[in-house]
Amino acid sequence: MSCSRRTLLKNTVKGAIVASLPISAFRLLSPAELKAAIGDEKVRWGFVVDTTKCVGCGFCVKACKKENEIPYDAPITRTWVERYVVTRDEKVHADSPMGARDGFTSARIDEETMESGGEHTAEIEPAEIAKAFFVPKLCNQCEKPACVQVCPVGATYQTADGVVLIDRTWCIGCGYCVMACPYGVRFFHPKYKVADKCNFCYHRISKGLKTACVQACPFGARQIGNLRDPDDPVTQTIMNERVSVLKDEYGTKPQVFYLGLDYTVK
Amino acid sequence: MVDPLTIAHGAEWTVKHGFVYPNEFIYWGLTIVMYPYMTGLVAGAFVLSSLYHVFGQKDLKDIAKFALVFSLALLPVAMMPLMLHLQQPLRGIEVMFTPHFTSAIAAFGMVFTTYSIIVLSEIWFVYRQYFVEQTRALKGSTDTGDQIKRVIYNVLTLGAYDISEEAVAKDHKAVTILAGIGIPVACFLHGYAGFIFGSVKANALWMSPLMPVIFIMSAVVSGIALCMLTYIIIMEWKKFRAVLRKGLGDESVTVIAGVEMDVMKKTSRYLIGFLIAAITLELLDIIFRGYTSMKSWDILREVMFEEDFTKIFILQYGLGNVLPFILLMLPKMTIRRLFVALCLILFGVFMMRWNVVIGGQAFSLSFSGFMNYDLPIIPHNLETYREGLFGALTVAATPFIIFWLINKIVPSMKEV
Repeated sequence: MSCSRRTLLKNTVKGAIVASLPISAFRLLSPAELKAAIGDEKVRWGFVVDTTKCVGCGFCVKACKKENEIPYDAPITRTWVERYVVTRDEKVHADSPMGARDGFTSARIDEETMESGGEHTAEIEPAEIAKAFFVPKLCNQCEKPACVQVCPVGATYQTADGVVLIDRTWCIGCGYCVMACPYGVRFFHPKYKVADKCNFCYHRISKGLKTACVQACPFGARQIGNLRDPDDPVTQTIMNERVSVLKDEYGTKPQVFYLGLDYTVK
Repeated sequence: MVDPLTIAHGAEWTVKHGFVYPNEFIYWGLTIVMYPYMTGLVAGAFVLSSLYHVFGQKDLKDIAKFALVFSLALLPVAMMPLMLHLQQPLRGIEVMFTPHFTSAIAAFGMVFTTYSIIVLSEIWFVYRQYFVEQTRALKGSTDTGDQIKRVIYNVLTLGAYDISEEAVAKDHKAVTILAGIGIPVACFLHGYAGFIFGSVKANALWMSPLMPVIFIMSAVVSGIALCMLTYIIIMEWKKFRAVLRKGLGDESVTVIAGVEMDVMKKTSRYLIGFLIAAITLELLDIIFRGYTSMKSWDILREVMFEEDFTKIFILQYGLGNVLPFILLMLPKMTIRRLFVALCLILFGVFMMRWNVVIGGQAFSLSFSGFMNYDLPIIPHNLETYREGLFGALTVAATPFIIFWLINKIVPSMKEV
């Protein structure tokens, strides 16, 4: 087979054009374009959790599981409530059985404490308790989400109104986002086999409804609002009260603000 | 029958104790241990072959060709555990379609492809002369097997039949250049695996800028060790066959044994060097963490010195590093002792990967609870096969099968 330089170049050009035709069917989108496509820029969803109002009934967890079709008996959950019991000898006991789906029905702490060296703690004597409280947790919809940063295919993304969503049709299920989240809010959905997490009930809030957990909370411990609106009660709370966030040392800038957060909360 | 919807991924092999968040499980199991282990072997084998091709380390001539072909056999296997691990394996190709470049995994496909192209073209240049010679030698043969072989060789020449001295000299030059580019790419491929872990800021054990360097060093150690080990096995097999054919006292037996020992002694020097570098860096990492005692140190210390003490200090450092180091340093090396030392080194590097991947998930993000990994041994569903012992064994066995197949066409053990 002989091939002159001219034919080789000619064929190369032809081949390159033919090969690039199917590629032209794809469009390259910048992340900014994508961001603008979803969500309202005038809104930044934020959350306030008043831990002093939470009684650990677990209605929020139950409501969330039902609303978002998270398998009811699977141990994973989009939101959960933690119970903390600090004893007079300054030991911290914490638990969240089934994410507190059924509330805290027993005074017995489900988990072992680190100090007990692996032995189950018995029911703590009420006289021994210095303080005890509940802390509801959910996705922090971080301003700088570590999960979005590490997704190799861009299946998880942040909308213009600040909520981090997951594209179930595009997630490859590598679990890198699960590893990257410092708050442990992500898991694999048993049915769809992709990453899943709380999205502030995006299907509800974008229609003007409250999230399922906010709706279900009988004590108003959970509130959702628009942080770009200075008159929103949630914005008012964040501006006027002393609020804190979870694990700010990771630089993720969480947008779930807590009232009455104790230093012992993990 | 348990409703599969009630099983969370990871729950089947995770045992929690202490306070652990509800969604926390060991999501990255044995397959992800295998991934850096396999890429490490690929990178290591390639670096070993390049030491000869680029730096002209003549003492490595015999093992260089073998190491190069072996690194090709290992190549597809570096991807295998990742595919096994994905919840949506069929979507894996999306990494090439919509790479999200802020992610450390996004460029994997590209780095991996670049590296594959380099290895493949280097092998082609090394063996081109051989392909042409085979095509010519098998011409006119009436045997069907030979005819098929000839077609394969003919295709492999890619139409370049020129084997004049000038052309072959050009081939050698190309090999040197490719091996030269290959070293940084191989190191990148593996250092990159280290970066995937080292950049996870949420994980107190993984997050360290030393991680990529540690990964490269231990990769080279494991790659060299595996090449040496396979070389020993093949040479022993040759010796055994020579003994069967010609009797124990035959000259060819002593020649094979002599060559084997010679190559091994020379290669083990490089092995020791890289081993020292790897151990030093790992110890530096631990000492630094202990000295700075950040918030996470309490739980890390508990994992290292209590929960996983056996796995880290006895199995990894003791059995996997110190013992083989002593075995290698003792005078009057024998093949048998070397064999034991090499097995221990491979085991040590495997334990290092294990302690990084599983150890990094052995403690909760709450810093007040632990998770134990119960390796699924007998699979009872696809999940426990993929993430279990048998999945890992499949991955571990594949390179040898591929090597055997490649070796039928590209003989890496013969002088060509």
